[in-house]
Formats: sequence, structure tokens, C-alpha cells
Amino acid sequence: MRGARHARWAAGAAAVALVATGCGGGGGSGGGDSGAVLSASWGDPQNPLEPANTNEVQGGKVLDMVFRGLKRYNPQTGAAEDMLAEKIDTTDSQNFTITVKDGWTFSNGEKVTAKSFVDAWNYGASLKNNQKNAYFFGYIDGYDKVHPDSGKQTADTLSGLKVTGDRTFTVKLSQKFSTFPDTLGYVAFAPLPQAFFSDHAGWLSKPVGNGPYTIQSYTKGSQMELRTWADYPGEDKADNGGVTLKVYTDNNTAYTDLLAGNLDLVDDVPAAQLKNVKNDLGDRYLNTPAGIIQTLAFPFYDPQWNKPDSDKVRKGLSMAINRKQITDTIFQKTRTPATDWTSPVLGKDGGFQDGLCGDGCDYNPTEAKKLIKEGGGLPGGQVKISYNADTGSHQQWVDAVCNSINNALGNTKACVGNPIGTFADFRNQITERKMSGPFRAGWQMDYPLIQNFLQPLYYTNASSNDGKWSNKQFDQLVNQANAESDTGKAVQTFQKAEEVVRDNMAAIPLWYQNGSAGYSQRLSNVKLNPFSVPVYNEIKVG
Amino acid sequence: MGRYVVRRLLQMIPVFIGATLLIFLMVNVMGDPIAGLCGERQCDPATAAQLKKEFGLDKPVWQQYLTYMGNVFTGDFGTAFNGQKVTELMATAFPVTIRLTLVAILFEIVIGITLGVVTGLRRGSPEDTGVLLLTLVVISVPTFVTGLLLQLLLGVKWGWIKPSVSPEATFGELILPGLVLASVSLAYVTRLTRTSIAENKRSDYVRTAVAKGLPRHRVVTRHLLRNSLIPVVTFIGTDVGALMGGAIVTERIFNIHGVGYQLYQGILRQNTQTVVGFVTVLVLVFLLANLIVDLLYAVLDPRIRYA
Amino acid sequence: MPEQPYEPEGAIAGTGMGGAMDLGASEAVTLEKTPGGPDGTGPAEKPRSLWSDAWRDLRRNPVFILSALVILFLVFISLWPGAITSGSPLTCDLAKAQQGSGPGAPFGYNGQGCNVYTRTVYGARTSVTVGVLATLGVAVLGSVLGGLAGFFGRSWDSLLSRTTDIFFAIPVVLGGLVLLSVVTSNTVWPVIGFMVLLGWPQISRIARGSVITAKQNDYVQAARALGASNSRLLLRHIAPNAVAPVIVVATIALGTYIALEATLSYLGVGLKPPSVSWGIDISAASPYIRNAPHALLWPSGALAITVLAFIMLGDAVRDALDPKLR
Repeated sequence: MRGARHARWAAGAAAVALVATGCGGGGGSGGGDSGAVLSASWGDPQNPLEPANTNEVQGGKVLDMVFRGLKRYNPQTGAAEDMLAEKIDTTDSQNFTITVKDGWTFSNGEKVTAKSFVDAWNYGASLKNNQKNAYFFGYIDGYDKVHPDSGKQTADTLSGLKVTGDRTFTVKLSQKFSTFPDTLGYVAFAPLPQAFFSDHAGWLSKPVGNGPYTIQSYTKGSQMELRTWADYPGEDKADNGGVTLKVYTDNNTAYTDLLAGNLDLVDDVPAAQLKNVKNDLGDRYLNTPAGIIQTLAFPFYDPQWNKPDSDKVRKGLSMAINRKQITDTIFQKTRTPATDWTSPVLGKDGGFQDGLCGDGCDYNPTEAKKLIKEGGGLPGGQVKISYNADTGSHQQWVDAVCNSINNALGNTKACVGNPIGTFADFRNQITERKMSGPFRAGWQMDYPLIQNFLQPLYYTNASSNDGKWSNKQFDQLVNQANAESDTGKAVQTFQKAEEVVRDNMAAIPLWYQNGSAGYSQRLSNVKLNPFSVPVYNEIKVG
Repeated sequence: MGRYVVRRLLQMIPVFIGATLLIFLMVNVMGDPIAGLCGERQCDPATAAQLKKEFGLDKPVWQQYLTYMGNVFTGDFGTAFNGQKVTELMATAFPVTIRLTLVAILFEIVIGITLGVVTGLRRGSPEDTGVLLLTLVVISVPTFVTGLLLQLLLGVKWGWIKPSVSPEATFGELILPGLVLASVSLAYVTRLTRTSIAENKRSDYVRTAVAKGLPRHRVVTRHLLRNSLIPVVTFIGTDVGALMGGAIVTERIFNIHGVGYQLYQGILRQNTQTVVGFVTVLVLVFLLANLIVDLLYAVLDPRIRYA
Repeated sequence: MPEQPYEPEGAIAGTGMGGAMDLGASEAVTLEKTPGGPDGTGPAEKPRSLWSDAWRDLRRNPVFILSALVILFLVFISLWPGAITSGSPLTCDLAKAQQGSGPGAPFGYNGQGCNVYTRTVYGARTSVTVGVLATLGVAVLGSVLGGLAGFFGRSWDSLLSRTTDIFFAIPVVLGGLVLLSVVTSNTVWPVIGFMVLLGWPQISRIARGSVITAKQNDYVQAARALGASNSRLLLRHIAPNAVAPVIVVATIALGTYIALEATLSYLGVGLKPPSVSWGIDISAASPYIRNAPHALLWPSGALAITVLAFIMLGDAVRDALDPKLR
């Protein structure tokens, strides 16, 4: 089962902020200038900017400006709304007929047709193209031929995709998946122009898409100039003249630039600066809930952590963490203590359930001490919380969590942070099952569905199930929920599955992360979407 | 002279090979870079295997090294994980860092040598003690603290400069980063010049020059300085390579997209091609700078002749 | 560089952290004119020459006394940090985060609510340990290799010269990033090991240079003519006269190693908790520079004073050992 979706948030998201200098000299502002360009901070994307190859926020940011897919997640509510899709029909939650709206073109003039989608998806799924998001197409029939787990691929195209007309195509899934249409807002499902295939190198150096912005110039590792596409056929036309994305290595520098009047907007305020934000920026500061949850995962492959009573130790640790104090002090309330394993942005109907975690997420040192003792004590007498030290401000909160645990247990050496030099090495140790204690697990949703918060993380062998937790009951409930055609019932079943996660404390939920952004006086109407990415096309300059 | 240069160039070959091999092995110790490419999830095994094959990571290390060096000699420095040619990265990064290094060296020469001469001539005076103490303080505070403090004060509190450097990285923008980068070396240059001047001041040729009745400034510039500069030139020469490769901290603080930034990114992403490529060029710069320094000796000190 | 065209400065070369050492080198290598006299075979007289003169000088040098006192104090608090503090450096209360000085916490609290004073005192142990052990390692490895190469010359010398060139060519911070980023141990050993690995060439050059100079002294030639064995020549005659420059440079280097540890922490590859070191605290406090500058300034100040003390000590020793400046 390839249920996993993911988006890596932490590494990239933290390294960024928005800069907005008056591009081209800083002059010429005067009352909502729709031609004015703002500049925004950025992180160097890790992979080539292909839609099915971009799995982190920084690359995703650009693709979100340059592409429009069949669906788009409402910047405010997160609901999946039709964009290029005229209609998506199904009778059995397994076979879908998709009709593409008329009148859409790529910025090079080429028409967006059913073929634009089918070709793009086939490209994304095919093993030989090394697309890191290939697994997104895993539900489509024939994926195992195009992208086998080992050995050579035996087909180049997905048998489940068929172009049936200029603007229609059909999708056959290998299993029932009622919410499949709602996943189509993810960038991997974007259409691609023919130029992508015919002149790939040329396209990569300057991607061409069908979104409100076009790329004017791109200096890799340094900056990207995006300009509003005048003939953009969609309704969400940009309200500004363009965006210049500038790469920052350190988000503290970006914030410093903002203060110096050198930039207009920071889309991730470093934790250390949060205390100053009110003073520095007044009301030019945003703090919006986003679909991000921070948890601590456990190495279930380590017998020390997988004893019959280990759940008591995990629960005890969870209760030794004073979430409120940490979110208040370290994060200055830009995080909210977590009480379930999803995110408030899903809303009640979407499956978010405040307080599902119960007392397991409440700070209670006495109970924590007792539970850990009952569970046989901390494995090895000490927990090491691993995290990658290269990006993000992880050290601050890990140290705070450890101090909280130490204070609760009355032992200054009960918990210690274990920084791992690079993100790559961190991932390596996880993949190779080398973790010997809890480790940081950040999750940013790919699309606002409860399924996305559970299945990729806790389903047996799912690709982001880093702790290798496995529970039959949970798996069964997820399968059941996916097959459910009634959304409300599906959500309820997912919540039942979430209760299994809770009862085992498969991961310790820490807090829900908000998107934060600060901006200069030049900008107005700045918003962050539920993915914590600024809604660039709605920003007004001047 | 010509033979000397040829001999020196020949000696560079083993050093070059050794240094590149060393860095190659070091980067290899870091382990599998592919895992970091897939975000917070496990790479699917098929794609991971294929990526490894494409970047040649499935081969034994010695074979990787040979292939790599073979490619380097044909001008192919490989491709970074984001699909960009390493040579392209170099083309954008090196000009920026060279400018930064120039600014830094300029500071070393102008401020460092001036202070060194002034204090060396007046050994023991209050100015001397003051400068000496100042250089000690500069040496003992880590660069990143100096950098962050200056950035905060000059860039934010007083607003004299932009706190970060734009992608164009003009000379004007690089003044503060250059000063920060140069600070420690600058202190050394001052101290080195001071000692050298103080020692040579008592030498026979200076006494002779003074006795001949030459004007003071002529004694200082023509006789004293010229001979005293030899250790200083050595230091600055060897410092060029260190400044270019050691700007990692400075470039990070001021968001400069130069060599240090690329190296830092390359290391974080365990991108062998980028790291080894850049270090290879840095090693070359280092070796050439050393050669030039040795040749400069002959210019500064007529007693030295190369056979 | 090999084939030193100009011997006295020949030992100079270096990269970033080597700066201090280079400086020492150029000045230290001039020590060759040790007044040896006819004491080639009489070690009993040696203490009277260079070392005793130097010691007499040093005892009267206020800079030396001051820096020696600072260092003694550092050693004292490294051994018994509890003598001037109460409480553990690992006890932190987030409720007190970033607060200024208060009772029991003259330096205030850092971003995690840890007592900055306690941590600064306890940090001395780690930082001094790193500095001292790294310097010892570098000095031993460097002088053995450099001394042997200088003594035996020929192909050994070429091999060593090339090897040191290789290590010099790699920027130190870069090497640290690469090598230490994979380290999982939270002891001080990887950091020390890295410093020794990339630091020894600097000492080895100096040792090589001074051994070559010492080798040419008349008394060594005389001893050789009398049939002294290689090991006797090296240990009894050459080493005592060649070791001075190494000591000078090593003392100065000690300071730079302590500073380097902080830089490595800033780049995220330095020592790891629960170690308590100035480097860890400085880098952790650097983002809070605007709100809680005290958390940054105290450990930075302690570090600067320590580095300063070692450099000044090295300076003083060098001046005392240098007959030219008498």
C-alpha cells in the first residue's frame, strides 16, 4: 500500500523568509500598484523543479505560482475546489472520468488538454525519470508495471490512464479511494506542456506552466524572478506585478533584512525573533494555523522501545512535556499544544478532534514519573531525542522538551538532545533503522484530509512511518475508511483509527504549527494558506 | 627561475591528487546522500537505486574517485542533485567570493600593514600597546560573534548598511563582510608586520641607510618595509586560499551566495560533486598562491635567487 | 612549501586557524641562535642558557604573570566548578527564559532558562579540555613527524612536506563540517580528534624547520662525529634545542582551538549536549542576541579572555625565548 504522501516542511520551511525590496530600485509605489514587484525570501530547492520531483516547501512555492492543477485548495479554508477540472465523475470510487475546462493554455500559448495531464502523470510515475513523488500515482492502475519496487519497468505508461477526448480522460484506480479527487490539488498532478518533454533541459532552466506567474529569469541557488502573466486565463490573477524570490541560507538574516527595510515579508519568522515581532512589525505580522504537526516518533524496531509495557513509557514521556510552557516561551504562542494527531485546519468535519489525546497530552509530572516506572523505566536510563541540526530551529525546542522531561522526572540526565549534522544523515539513520530513541517527526499535510495525517505516518510500512509502527487494527480501519464512499463516515472511521494510535501512543503529539509571516509597509492583503505558504497572487504592493 | 617553477609545478601534482582524494574520502564518509532527497519520507527503493546508479554511487569509492578525476580533467565537474552543472555553480559562486576575498585582502594590506608599521616603529609606546591589545581581542572573539554583532548594530540598529548582500554582491555591499572575514587575519598581519619591523629596525642595513643620511620615509619604505614584508607576504599569500574556503561562516551570516555558501549547501546535502569540485579549485588556488608567494620573495629580497 | 628558498620564514604557511601558529612560527624559528657554547655534550649546563634566562625574564613580565594567573584560575574552576557555583548547569527552568540577573544567577538566564553563570563556569572545563588535549595531540604528533622528517631529510622530508601541503590545502572549517557532521558521539573526542588531524601539519612544519636548524649546530656535528647514535642525537641534543618554537606556537594555538570549538558549534557540528561548553552556549544564544544579549556576552567574554590569556602567555614566552629581542 503506498498511502504515503508527505511534504517535508521543516528543513526548507525554516530557512526562509520573504524579502521585498522595491525591485528595480525601490521607487514607484503609489497606492496599490498592480505592476509593482515584491521580492520574497526563498530557500534553494533541493531537486529539479519538476512537479513530480518537488517534495519540499521551497520548490512547492514556485510550482504553486507557476502551475494550476485540476483542483486547488482554497487559500483560506483548504477545501479542494475545481480549478481546471470541469467535472470529475465516478460511480464506484474507483473509476473516474475527468473533464478539463476549456480555454486554458500554458504561458507559451499551448493549450492545456487531457493529454497534458496524462503525459505529465505518466512521466511522473515512470521509474526511469527518477521522480521522487512518483508514489503519488501509486493508486493508479498499472503503477506496479511502470514503477516496480525492484527490477526493470515493464511498461512506460500507466494502464489506468486513458485519453478519451480532447478534454476528457479516465482514471482507473487499483482500489477504491473515495477522496481521490481531493488529492488532485497536489502539485505532482499538474499538467505539463510539450516543451517539457521535447526540450527538457531548456524547460528546467526556465519552467513554463499554466499558473498566474511566469518565470522571467532563474539563477539557481540565488534568485528567481517571477512576473505576472498578463494573459492568465484563470480567475485568481495576480494583484501585483511579480515576485522576486531570493535565496536565504539563514532565516535570521532574512528577518534582519526585513527590519532593515531591505525586505517586505518573511514567511517564516525564526523562533528566536518571535518575541520581538510585535515590537518590530506591529500588525504587519501573521500567525495563521497551518496543516503542520510536530511529533516525536519512536523506533519500534528497537526491542527496548517495543516491550509490552513500552506504551506506558511513551505516555509517561508525553505527560512529562509541558507543551504549553514550551509553545508560550520558545515559540511565543505560534504553536498550539497538540491534543490529537491531526491538525485544526481540517476542521471538525474534516476529522480534527480537539482533546482526543486526553490526559496523555496533559502535563502531569507525578503521573509521568509513575507511568515510566511502571513501564520499566527509560530504556538505557536515558532518552536521546534525535533531530537534524542543520536547518530549522529544532535545537531550541528539543532542548526545551528535554529540560521539561528532566525537571518532571527530577533527573538532569534523563533526556538529552541528539543533534545530527545534516538532514541527509538524519534521514539515513531513520531509513537504516539506526535510531535508538525518539526522534523528531514533522508532518506537513499534502492535502487537507485526515487520511493524509494518519495513513502515511502510521500504516504498516507506509513511507513516512519512520518508527515502523505496525498495528493490524489500525491498518484495517484505514482500509475500511478509504473504501467508504460517504465522506462523513470515512472521517469517522479514520478517527477510530486515530484512537488506536492514541491508545498505543504510537507517536507523541507535540504541537500544531502555525504559519508565520512578517511584512513591510509596502504590502497589504498578505495571507498564508493552510500549507503555510503566502498567497502571493493576492498580495497588493504599494 | 624557469626550472624552479617547473619543479614546483611538478610537485603540485601529488599534493593536488592527495588533497582531492582526501576530501573525496571525507565526503564519502558522510554516507548515503540519497536519503535526504526525499523529504520526510523514505525514498522508494527503486528510485533510490536508480539515482545511486546515475550518480555513480553504487561503485566502490576508488572507482568513483578515478571516474571523477577523469571527468575533471576533461572539464566535467559533474552535476549537483538539483540538476545543475557544478561548473555553473562555480561560475556564479567564484566571482562573488573572489570579490569578497579581494576586499578582505585589501583590508589586511591597508589597515594591517599600516598599523603594523606604526606600532613596529614605536614599540612600547601607548599606541603600540593599544593596537596590540585590540588585535588580541579581535583574535580571541569568534568571527561569528563579531559578524552577528556588527550586522545587528550597523545593519539594524543604526541602519548604516544593508544587513545582507544582494545576489549581485557589489564591492560596496561586501565592505562589512570583507572586514569581518579579514578581521582575524588582519590582526595577525598587524602583529606580524610589527614584529618584523621591530626586528629589522635594528639591522645593519637600516643603520647604514640612516647613517648615509637618507630621509626617514625613504629608509622606512625602501629599506625597512621591503625586507619586513617578506613574512607578511607569505602570510597573506597562504591566507588567500583560507579566506576563499573559510568564508563559510561569513557568507552564511551575510547571506552571500559564494563559494562558502555552495560548500555549506553541498555538505548539508552531502553532494559529493559540489563539495569535491569546489575544493579541487580551492586546492589549486592555494597551491598557485603559494608558488606566487615564493616567487615574490625574489622580488622583495634580492639575496634570493632561484635556480 | 618545500624547497624553502628562505629558511627563516620557510616554516610559515597556513590556513585559517593556523594564523596564530604561523605568526609564532616566523618569529619563533629565529631561535636558532641559542647560545650553546661548548656544551655540546654537557647537558648539565643547558638549563643556565636559554631556559633559565627565559624564566628569569618571564617572572618579571606582568603580561606573563597576569595570563598565567588567568590560566591557573581557569584550571582551578575546570577541576572544581562546584567551588564557586551552586546547582547543576543542566538544571533549566523555561519559566525563567531570557531573564536578566537575579539572585543566584548574576549573569541571568539563557533562552532555555538555564543559569548562565553556572553554565559559563562549568563550560570552562570542556573548553579548556578541548584546547589542552587538542594542543597536546597536535604538538606530539606534529613534532614527532616534523622532527623525524627534519632529521632524516631526503625522501622522508619530501613525503612529509607533500603531506602537510595536502592538509593545508583543505580549509579547516570545511574539513570540520564534513568530518564532524556524521559524528554521533557526544563526547569531546571527535572534536579533539578532528583538530589533531587537521592541526598537526602546522606544528610539524615548525618542528621540521627547527630540527633542521639545530642539526647544523656545531655541537650536534661534534656529537655525531663522536659517534652518537641517531636516537641519542635526536633526544639529547636536538630536541631540547628545537622544542622552544613548538611550545610557543602550541600555546598560541591552544587559544585558537578553543575559539574553533565555538565556531564548529555555530555551524551545528561541534560538541553535543549534555556537554556544557562555551561554544554550545554561544551558538545557542546567538539567535537571541537582541533579547538576551547577556546569554551571548558572558560565555563569549569567558572564551575571549581564555583565548587572550593563552595567546598572551605564548607571546610572553616567545619574547622571553627570543635572544634578539633582549
